[in-house]
Amino acid sequence: MSSEKSMEKDTNHLSRIFWITAVISVAADLLFWFLVGPHVPPGRMTSSASDDQLDFNILMVIALPVLIGVWVYFGYAFAHWGSKKGTAPEPVGGPAARSNNKVSFLWIAITTVVVLFLAGFGTVELIVGNGSGGGEGPNPVWEPTGAAKAETAALTSSDSWSPGANHVLVVQVIAQQWKFTYRYPQFGGFESQQLILPNDTTIAFNVTSLDVIHSFWAYQLEVKADANPQENNVAFTTTKQTGSVTVRCSELCGLWHGAMYDYGKVVSVSDFQNWATTTESANAANTKDLPAFAWTYVPDANGAAGGYYPDGNVTPYSTVETYGAKQPAS
Amino acid sequence: MTISAERTTIDEASGATPPAGRKQSWTNRPGWVSQHAGTAVIGAILGYVFGHWLGNYITSGYPYIANSGQNSSANALALVFAVVGWLLGIGALNYPLAKMIGKEAVHEDPVDNWSKYFRYTQDHKIVGIQYIVGVLLFLFTGGLLAMAIRTELLSPTTHVFGPGTYIEIVSEHGTVMMMMATSIILGPLGNYFVPLLIGSRRMAFPRIEAFSFWIFLAGFGVIFSALPYGGFPTGWTGYAPLQTQAGPGMISYLVGFAVIGLGMMAAGFNIAATVINYRAPGMTWSRLPIFVWALLATAALLTLATPTLFAAGLFGTLDKTVQTAFYVTEHGGSSYLWQNLFWFFGHPEVYIMALPGFGIVAEILPVFTRKPLFAYKVAAAGMIGVSLLSFFVWQHHLFQSGINPDMRPLFMLTTELISIPTGFIFLVGMGTLYKAKIRFEVPMLFALAVFFNFLIGGITGVFLSDVPVNVTVHGGFFVLSHFHYTIMGGLLFAFMAGLYYWLPKMTGKMMNKKVGLWHFWTMFIFFNLTFFPMFIIGLLGQPRRVFTYAKNLTVWNDFSSISAFLLGFSFLIFFANLMWSMFIKPEKAPANPWNSLGLEWQTANPVPVYNFERIPVIMTDPYHYSEEGAPAVADLGVNVPVTAARTTKTPDQK
Repeated sequence: MSSEKSMEKDTNHLSRIFWITAVISVAADLLFWFLVGPHVPPGRMTSSASDDQLDFNILMVIALPVLIGVWVYFGYAFAHWGSKKGTAPEPVGGPAARSNNKVSFLWIAITTVVVLFLAGFGTVELIVGNGSGGGEGPNPVWEPTGAAKAETAALTSSDSWSPGANHVLVVQVIAQQWKFTYRYPQFGGFESQQLILPNDTTIAFNVTSLDVIHSFWAYQLEVKADANPQENNVAFTTTKQTGSVTVRCSELCGLWHGAMYDYGKVVSVSDFQNWATTTESANAANTKDLPAFAWTYVPDANGAAGGYYPDGNVTPYSTVETYGAKQPAS
Repeated sequence: MTISAERTTIDEASGATPPAGRKQSWTNRPGWVSQHAGTAVIGAILGYVFGHWLGNYITSGYPYIANSGQNSSANALALVFAVVGWLLGIGALNYPLAKMIGKEAVHEDPVDNWSKYFRYTQDHKIVGIQYIVGVLLFLFTGGLLAMAIRTELLSPTTHVFGPGTYIEIVSEHGTVMMMMATSIILGPLGNYFVPLLIGSRRMAFPRIEAFSFWIFLAGFGVIFSALPYGGFPTGWTGYAPLQTQAGPGMISYLVGFAVIGLGMMAAGFNIAATVINYRAPGMTWSRLPIFVWALLATAALLTLATPTLFAAGLFGTLDKTVQTAFYVTEHGGSSYLWQNLFWFFGHPEVYIMALPGFGIVAEILPVFTRKPLFAYKVAAAGMIGVSLLSFFVWQHHLFQSGINPDMRPLFMLTTELISIPTGFIFLVGMGTLYKAKIRFEVPMLFALAVFFNFLIGGITGVFLSDVPVNVTVHGGFFVLSHFHYTIMGGLLFAFMAGLYYWLPKMTGKMMNKKVGLWHFWTMFIFFNLTFFPMFIIGLLGQPRRVFTYAKNLTVWNDFSSISAFLLGFSFLIFFANLMWSMFIKPEKAPANPWNSLGLEWQTANPVPVYNFERIPVIMTDPYHYSEEGAPAVADLGVNVPVTAARTTKTPDQK
């Protein structure tokens, strides 16, 4: 009889905690979804940005009840079972207080379901989002239609780009200590210090490095891909809005890592075409001196291959002779 | 046989007291003419000088070394010989060397004065105290470096430090703190309390236990030997082409981690062997205190994961000295190799830093709730589960690196799966609090804070494990905040809980409660005020380890910096409390100040060299709080005053 009574009391505490949690959680979730959600970084400038924002918000909507549930439980426990509370009954030990298979099983079942759902949801988002703007290595497994040429030898120097469905713009991001430069192989392989992109276009970023590991983080575009020497790391996104873009290096790359940033722009397709064709012809003489476009470059202080990269200055790779003679003063 | 005669036999067998008439070696006499920390320092200096000379002598013929003014080989040999000199000087090698040349080792009785804390000692309790001083040295040095980082980040454009100095500070901060975190609980509290908790008179390998401490301390010297060479620019992760490119300060990082790695392997091996073999009769696996389970799981990770770090460091050292090409892409190596090896160690390492904290929290909760630990078996299973799964998640650190891109869903799954066993600690905590009688003593407050902090740290970990969201947060302040919430908010708070809880047993002196409360509340509040804004800073686009940032982030960064300074201040409160309560005005601790049922509180105070007068026979697990007619935890075989009561009365309630 008495055990039944205590059981009754148990449910009382737990159901009270449950309902407090439920009410606060619903309120918090709604507030978050409608007030904060639309402003969650990095915004909606590209397909990957809005996809990942959605992903973040869904995670948050699941996380908030967990957070609130635990906090409510602890708050409730402190308020009811603190030792200063004279009214609280003395605790009871014994087997009942040691374990409760039902509770343990329920706990494990709920966390497992949540975790499996999150993993499944994340995987779907990753595949549907063509890698969600993250680096996918040299042979992306999930890519947008029309991207086949974006990362294979099929791309030749005679290829050109024109706006249209399924026509992917290939941009090569070359990272080095401590700047990013951008090559546009579909425009004769000219190289720019500034990232300019057309709106409403799927972009294939081919990220590589001439020296150490960097990470290309185009913040508003929601693109992040490590730049490894002699590796081509491809990331996709589709631009949806015009505006300016901040590019930062997000992998520690030495002394001036903190200063390795620049600003780019997403412009209308016609503006982009104007800019690209103008720059292509204006830079033609320089482009001729650059190493032929390739997916990766071997930096070599002797001047072979990438040695004169990218603007006539020799790129030192090592202070010691191992990797070639020390470069001449430039 | 009389009881005392029997005890003498047991003591001799366990090495606690030597047979009469044994000759004491000069190396362990009281006084200056013996081996102690001073001779270790001399040994290290001599070793450094010799190694440096040797390195220059061997390599001076190579023009690129002569011309560069830098000689990594000399640095590497200098550090290796310095460590060997240090070990020779402290006496760590006396026993193995004597055995190696076929001589009987000289017996080394413990010196019984204050100088024992500066010696190579086989008493696990002295090693525990040594470790406390050691980890606090790491912690306070690393903390000062953190203050420097936050000072630089007060302004987006004005610089207190040059970029080189800044990156040096960041790298040293990360490395020293990570080294500290590998040992902060297992070293001091593990070595001190595992034998007491399992009813043993000693650790399985007392020499290895002393070795693990002294080599850990050597790591401190090694990592800071980078400073005269301009430090190292890679952060604690040491990514490879940058590592290959860096100056000779990088050698200190590589050798430093190898040295610390030796200590980690030794400590882990020793704990595992002790727990498996030295449990008192009746200490079955289901009666093992949960803290010991946590340390056993940690020990498994230490012994299995650390060799990878050691090998990775060795490869890096070879790349930089004898010009191998493990990590040099254009010579057939790979820049991915270091990342892979490092994180293959590095992710188990994350749980090396989490599990001992869980263990302390779960050990302390029943004492302050007067209830048994809820779901003990689930907790133990969770810890084993975490340590197993932690070997299968490492590539989530490389989601955007382009390595194994098609494996990302798998690593996303395994990473999220690990939150299930990690969540058990919340089940255990919440179940134990249910209808309890919670006493908000200082150790309990720290333990409860672990739940608050680790919840935030854990949930943000799920965000990081989601590959699409990872694109936003990878490599930024979000992840920085996440791991400070788990390591500092989890591990360091748990260490403080353990320290406040067990110092009365270790020293016989109570920490001052009022100052302790001040310490707790300042540390808890300013920890959260420092690191919570960093989630937002990260989401707003600030990468890690930068000295310039967007101007619109100034307010957030300043808020975080000022909170960080106040957080630093809370550690001064702790330090003042420690000095005041331990040395200036010590207050004698009751034999069992928290009314714990734990075995460690049932031995005499101060703990005798041999821990237990008789090997205890364990009757049950130590969590029978508030249970009528529960059996005593152990039959100690002697009349030791047992004050642990099964009531909720605290000593001050009388």
